[in-house]
Amino acid sequence: MAKEKPDLVYGTLDMLILKALQHGPRHGLEIADRIQQMSKEILRVEQGSLYPALYRLEAQGWVRAEWDVSENNRKARYYELTAAGRKQLVAETEHWSRITKGIDLVLSAT
Amino acid sequence: MLRLHAWFSRLLGLFRKKSRDAEMAEEIQQHVDLLTERNIAAGMLPYEARNAALRQFGGVEQVKEVAREQRVWRWADEFVQDVRFGARMLWRSPGFSILAILCLTLGIGTNAAALSWIEGILVRPYPLVAHQDRMFALDATIRGAQGFKGLSYPDFLDFEKNSTLFESFIVDKITGTTLSVGDRAERAVGGMVSANYFDALGVRPFLGRGFRPEEGTGRNAHPVTVISYMTWKDRYKSDPDIIGKTQYMNGVQHTIIGVAPEKFHGTFIGYSFNFWVPTSMQETFDNTGYKLEDRGARWIEGYAFLKPGVTRQQAQAELSAIAKRLESDFPETDRGHEIALLPLWRTPFNAAGGISTTLGITAAVVFFVLLIACANVSNLLLARSLLRRHEMTMRLALGAGRRRLIKQLFTEGLLLSLIAALGGIAVAYWSRNALILAFPPSLPGITIDYPGQLDWRVLLLSVAICIGSTMLFALMPAVQASHVDLSGSLKSEGAGVVGGSGRSRLRSALVLVQVSLSFVLLTGTGLLLQSLQRMQNASPGFLTNNVIVSVTDLFSAGYKLDRAKIFHTQLLDRVRALPGVESAALAQVTPFSYNPPSSAPIEIDGYQPAPDEQPNAEYVQVSEDYLSTLGIPLVAGREFTRNDDENSPRVAIINETMAGKYWPGKDPIGQRLKVKDNWMQIVGVAKNANYETKLEAPRSFFYVPVRQNFFVGNALLIRTRETPGAIMNALAREVHALDPTLALYAAYRLQEQVDERGYTQRLAVTLLGIFGGMALFLAAIGLYGVMSYSVSQGTRELGLRMALGADAGSVLRLVLSRGLRLTTAGIVVGAIAALVFTRLMGNLLYKVSPRDPFAYGFALVVLLGVALLACFLPARRATRVDPVRALRV
Repeated sequence: MAKEKPDLVYGTLDMLILKALQHGPRHGLEIADRIQQMSKEILRVEQGSLYPALYRLEAQGWVRAEWDVSENNRKARYYELTAAGRKQLVAETEHWSRITKGIDLVLSAT
Repeated sequence: MLRLHAWFSRLLGLFRKKSRDAEMAEEIQQHVDLLTERNIAAGMLPYEARNAALRQFGGVEQVKEVAREQRVWRWADEFVQDVRFGARMLWRSPGFSILAILCLTLGIGTNAAALSWIEGILVRPYPLVAHQDRMFALDATIRGAQGFKGLSYPDFLDFEKNSTLFESFIVDKITGTTLSVGDRAERAVGGMVSANYFDALGVRPFLGRGFRPEEGTGRNAHPVTVISYMTWKDRYKSDPDIIGKTQYMNGVQHTIIGVAPEKFHGTFIGYSFNFWVPTSMQETFDNTGYKLEDRGARWIEGYAFLKPGVTRQQAQAELSAIAKRLESDFPETDRGHEIALLPLWRTPFNAAGGISTTLGITAAVVFFVLLIACANVSNLLLARSLLRRHEMTMRLALGAGRRRLIKQLFTEGLLLSLIAALGGIAVAYWSRNALILAFPPSLPGITIDYPGQLDWRVLLLSVAICIGSTMLFALMPAVQASHVDLSGSLKSEGAGVVGGSGRSRLRSALVLVQVSLSFVLLTGTGLLLQSLQRMQNASPGFLTNNVIVSVTDLFSAGYKLDRAKIFHTQLLDRVRALPGVESAALAQVTPFSYNPPSSAPIEIDGYQPAPDEQPNAEYVQVSEDYLSTLGIPLVAGREFTRNDDENSPRVAIINETMAGKYWPGKDPIGQRLKVKDNWMQIVGVAKNANYETKLEAPRSFFYVPVRQNFFVGNALLIRTRETPGAIMNALAREVHALDPTLALYAAYRLQEQVDERGYTQRLAVTLLGIFGGMALFLAAIGLYGVMSYSVSQGTRELGLRMALGADAGSVLRLVLSRGLRLTTAGIVVGAIAALVFTRLMGNLLYKVSPRDPFAYGFALVVLLGVALLACFLPARRATRVDPVRALRV
């Protein structure tokens, strides 16, 4: 668990992964790429820390994984949101925006 | 739902660890490969590209480890690891494992077996009966007097009618008849029961039906019977068309209306019933007369089912209030009578009440056996932990936490006790019927069925015992073992024979516990043995050895009073004329038989009872020569003669207690006594005797002539030096000369009947003997183990001593003295514990003080002997130590 890196606020990686999977299954590297791309290169995901998070999400039943062949004909494990995962994403997004709003208010107070 | 899924997937992960690991490795490999390709595409050289990819990814192995933690609970993973490792360790030292498992199997098995017996007898004594948790026994008591009586039928009906907290009341009264099987006469035990009996018990007949309500009413109006499965099978060869056929019982054709299910034995612990008849047939099955309208005749052994949610206290209060009303409504019969609602295991009318103390003691004893077994396994583990010291040191040095180490050793212990628990439950299963074996063979025709029940309660308790004992035996060694001094483990193991390290002190303490527990058990056994012996030797107040009892069941054969009287008179004359017969007499009830003597309220000329007191006494109808046949001495007056018959004034002989109570300081001869509206004159005073058991307190008792109160059924008592077998043949000839159709029961010595009543004591001695022996054996193994271990550890010291000139004798003494010191300490502790524990056996002891020196001496001698034996072998080995080799080691 000590692998959460300073780039990311602790505990947000799970949410970002769920978000990255919103539009269909991806394998590990694609998830990392997608997060980087969505954040306009601001967030860099430590590639290794992705897997503990993915297994955690899988154990929780929010994503499911399947072996498939990638576009360049390699075997890869593709992760896909489950129904519960979608619900979780919505919940976490709401939660997150409430917190950031709160933090913004605190910081912008004079 | 979600949680369940997560849990499940982790659980699956636990078992698929290997494949998941491989999968993870592959996935990560693919990831790194992709990164490498991308780097090559960006223009790096292949090896550079791969290194960069690995850097980008982060430490592969660390990631894997963290990822694993996500997948499963760590403790569960470790647990599986521990179990695997533990199993390997057990497998590697099979001698240790087998010994430990055997000890524990013995401990857990005896506990499970004893629990199953206790639960079988106490909690659910009646197979197939529903709602036994709400079933209670109904018993009458007399204010100010000890003991329980039956209820009278009118009283019973009043209780049933006037109470509101009960679901149902049932009557049950043991009775019997003679059934002919081929040309043999066989005693059949049956029950007179209320018509609602089978319905209230929730027992559905296997064939036919139970009784209908109307069949419980009307004097002798409904000769119907439900027979047991065994009777149906043995006597009727499983006839499928049995319903509607008849069975001749006590001179009356009874229609068989049902067959009880196979496992149903009735509601009487100790007997398996053969048939049931409705209470309306009471007169047919009770040779003491018609009692259904007699409020003074107390004979019913009843049960009541409480409504759900009603407590025993509430129900008791309601019944007591009804009893009070009955007392004022019917003072002449009910004054002083109260009612008690007893849990089934306290039912005084069957064997349960008698053996509950025995079972309690058994429970305590098997628990002791378990403790001793645990101490043994603890000792074994301690010894082994020394052998594993290097392993422990290594693990600690490699960074294993102490807690982790303790957990692993604990898991190994749990593994041991789980295997042992399986074995133990198997032992309990095989011995579930073994309780019967501990009983003395009973009189013919009586079946005893005490099945142990291995249900969830017993299994649950066994599992609890298993875990509890693991705590006991594995925890201490585990804590000890984890205290490895890292730097010290290379130092020499300098434990001597005389001194002791902390570990050997702990082992000694364990042996001390074993010795003291064994001492308590031995003392208990000694006390019981002695009380059994005293009881066997104690005279019941009459002769037992040369008196033979036999019965011809005239009642079942349909004899009426007049014919029976002639038969008995003639038979008595013929028997008296037989060679070898010194005297013979009739008695309606023989001493120490299952049938209690009659009991009745009495009135005494010149005695003014206290306002609350209803004088009561027990009595028995006997013929002339009864007292001399049984050897009961007369203190004053005369015995009955043949002339004390219905044509002469009524007479009675009282016992000393009765004389002292009602005629203190006066001569009772010639005084008068009234029983059931008949005044009788006292013609003699007999010495006190025991009437039902040797444990009973002296009580008022009197005899009346059988010729003035004749009944159809009488027992014949013959005083002779001949054997029962010889008398039996002669008797059969005489009986057949009088009536060729009559069958004769076996003849047996009165002594056998007396012995039978002492079975609770004998059962206790047998059980305590068996379990005490087991405990002693285990303790001896423990002592032997510790001694031989300390000798092997002290080889160097012994070698040194011998090199310095000690001879074999002094080495032997040295080792023995250490063993004996331990034993002595254990005995002292055990003696103190025994003083406390033996007090609990109070009511099993007969004329033996719980502090009886003989019992303590017995325990001392046996334990010292066993301890000497256990120490001698290691001590002798010590003398064979070769000093040269010992010093070189």
